Amino acid sequence: MAKLPSRVLVLGATSAIAAGVMRPLAEQGARIYLVARNPEKLKAVASDLQTRGAGAVFPHVMDLDDTAAHEAMLTEAAAKLETIDLALIAHGILGAQEQAQADYAAAEAILRTNFLSAVSLITWLANYFESTHQGTLAVISSVAGDRGRKSNYVYGSSKAALNTFLDGVRNRIDRSGVHILTIKPGFVSTPMTAHLPQSALFAHPATVGRGILKAIEKRKDVAYVPPMWAIIMFIIRSVPDSIFKKLNL
Amino acid sequence: MPRNPQPKFESWGRYPKLEADLVPLHWTTDFPLRHSPTTKILPVGAGRSYGDVCLLEHGTLLKTRGMDRLLHFNPETGVLRCEAGATLAEILDFAVPRGFFLPVTPGTKYVTVGGAIANDIHGKNHHIAGTFGCHVPRFELVRSDGAHFECSPTENADWFSATVGGMGLTGLITWAEVRLRPIVSRKIQYKGTKFVGIDEFVALSKAAAHSEYTIAWIDCIATGNNFARGIFMQGDHSQQPEPLKRSKEPWLMLPLDVPEFALNRFSIGLFNTLYYNRQWSKEKNALVDYEPFFYPLDCLLHWNRMYGKSGLLQFQCVLPWEDGQQMGIIKILKTITASGLASFLAVIKVFGDAPSPGMLSFPMPGITLALDFPIRSDISFDLLHRLADIAQEHSGRMYPAKDARMTAGQFQSFYPQWQSFSRYIDPTFDSAFWQRVTAHG
Repeated sequence: MAKLPSRVLVLGATSAIAAGVMRPLAEQGARIYLVARNPEKLKAVASDLQTRGAGAVFPHVMDLDDTAAHEAMLTEAAAKLETIDLALIAHGILGAQEQAQADYAAAEAILRTNFLSAVSLITWLANYFESTHQGTLAVISSVAGDRGRKSNYVYGSSKAALNTFLDGVRNRIDRSGVHILTIKPGFVSTPMTAHLPQSALFAHPATVGRGILKAIEKRKDVAYVPPMWAIIMFIIRSVPDSIFKKLNL
Repeated sequence: MPRNPQPKFESWGRYPKLEADLVPLHWTTDFPLRHSPTTKILPVGAGRSYGDVCLLEHGTLLKTRGMDRLLHFNPETGVLRCEAGATLAEILDFAVPRGFFLPVTPGTKYVTVGGAIANDIHGKNHHIAGTFGCHVPRFELVRSDGAHFECSPTENADWFSATVGGMGLTGLITWAEVRLRPIVSRKIQYKGTKFVGIDEFVALSKAAAHSEYTIAWIDCIATGNNFARGIFMQGDHSQQPEPLKRSKEPWLMLPLDVPEFALNRFSIGLFNTLYYNRQWSKEKNALVDYEPFFYPLDCLLHWNRMYGKSGLLQFQCVLPWEDGQQMGIIKILKTITASGLASFLAVIKVFGDAPSPGMLSFPMPGITLALDFPIRSDISFDLLHRLADIAQEHSGRMYPAKDARMTAGQFQSFYPQWQSFSRYIDPTFDSAFWQRVTAHG
């Protein structure tokens, strides 16, 4: 098994899935640069990682929608960590589909957070990793990006765009020794999904976090977590449009 | 805060079944809720209590499991500060590799710290260590009006003693400190001794009072010469240093409800006989891992499905010492064997003299007996009622965390301090248990 990354940048550090990834890394003594919007929540996350054994934690409060501030933050992170082994992009919003299909401003907000801000971060990080000929860029996307459904196609299309962007980046810089990982979680019990009725399909964030770490170790390109979602989404993608358009999904 | 209209939240006994809204809390700052519910509310941890202390019909349950962060650890003092939704299993995963162990643990590690405080739980070391609350130097209590109290035995001491054992009614515990104890090995030096009769159990308990952990399994079916036979188990943390690894995740799960006819007097009697005869000799010594010693059932996830979908009833009482024979305990055991209702897992233990820190804490000096029954309609309920009456006659009391049936009159005689406690209840909080035991008439 490959060694776990020890210098880690996490964007959207208060995400529950991010916690599932960061805790095992902290236990191994990783140094972690944490970026999130809410100072109180970020403080709790930083304390948790510090207590679990992180070598150092660097909390940084910012709204990642503010793309103009990305470069300064990323430069500081690279300096504080000395070198970045793993960058995890974990921020995102689900948004409200009904609002987003009625009002473009709401749709734009979802695309801005889930796609445009990620593009800004990935652009800088891809160039950084390409120049250092190493590193893993892991991005939390979603199974929702695999096919548009009426219940969440604005969110889904923001993730579909992200997947395509990552495919291209991987094609460009994989040959430089950089690992680009697209993570597609299914339903996870997190604050983002707390309003949905929880079923047996919902996974615990710690399980998803372990799945992501395994995908990082194995240098996978695309990882469905938990893995059964690869099968579920294969079936969903295989349904012809003539039938799919009539389903209530 | 989004609301989650799911009806299916059950306590570990799966009885009674009451509908409620669920609101998950992920951060200590999530409470008070931004949109106050119109119903009464009750915080709930892992839902491992058996009856209805963690239920509230047509109410709103605040699920605290999302608040599971560890906030600080001082290896000099062993004091760990964590959010209240962290489980004892998560604490062990953290503590054992660092050479620390829980100060007090119940028979499952899947309870939250908040729940352990709210029920002021006890374990096999009660005769030495007292209750869980004895090892909680400090916690934060948040009330629905937004007031924050840092509580310790000396600071906001009245809130401390109302909240320890306060069944979640005094407000939300957001974080707590637990004083862990050092260990050098995962192993427990174990000794099992067969006994027959309560007198022999008492004699063994007195002789083993120096052992850190003592408990006995007792057969509630056998009669005649075998009446009150059992195995007395004692253990101490091994002093032989060895590598301290973290436990593996359990993988075995009971996937479905077992049909209810499968549990009957015959099958349970057979189990009890096999269990009694698992050791041939009078005495057996062994070095065992702490997992099977403390948590024999945790390796089978959802073991409560063993009792079928109607669930199980628990009964736990403590009776003070009696001069001469322990007539109350004997009477309870005789009532059970005569009832024809069988119990798998009856355990009996001597509680020590350490004063419990909570106003409504259950433990007191004497002998405690805990057992579970399948629900067989009125027979089970009648039996529980009779057992509660015996506990009352012998000046004992019953454990709210394991109760679904005691009457208001019984509770109020067990806990005469309930009225002074009720002044500390948060005005927006309530529970099915509290409604039941404070009902009029």
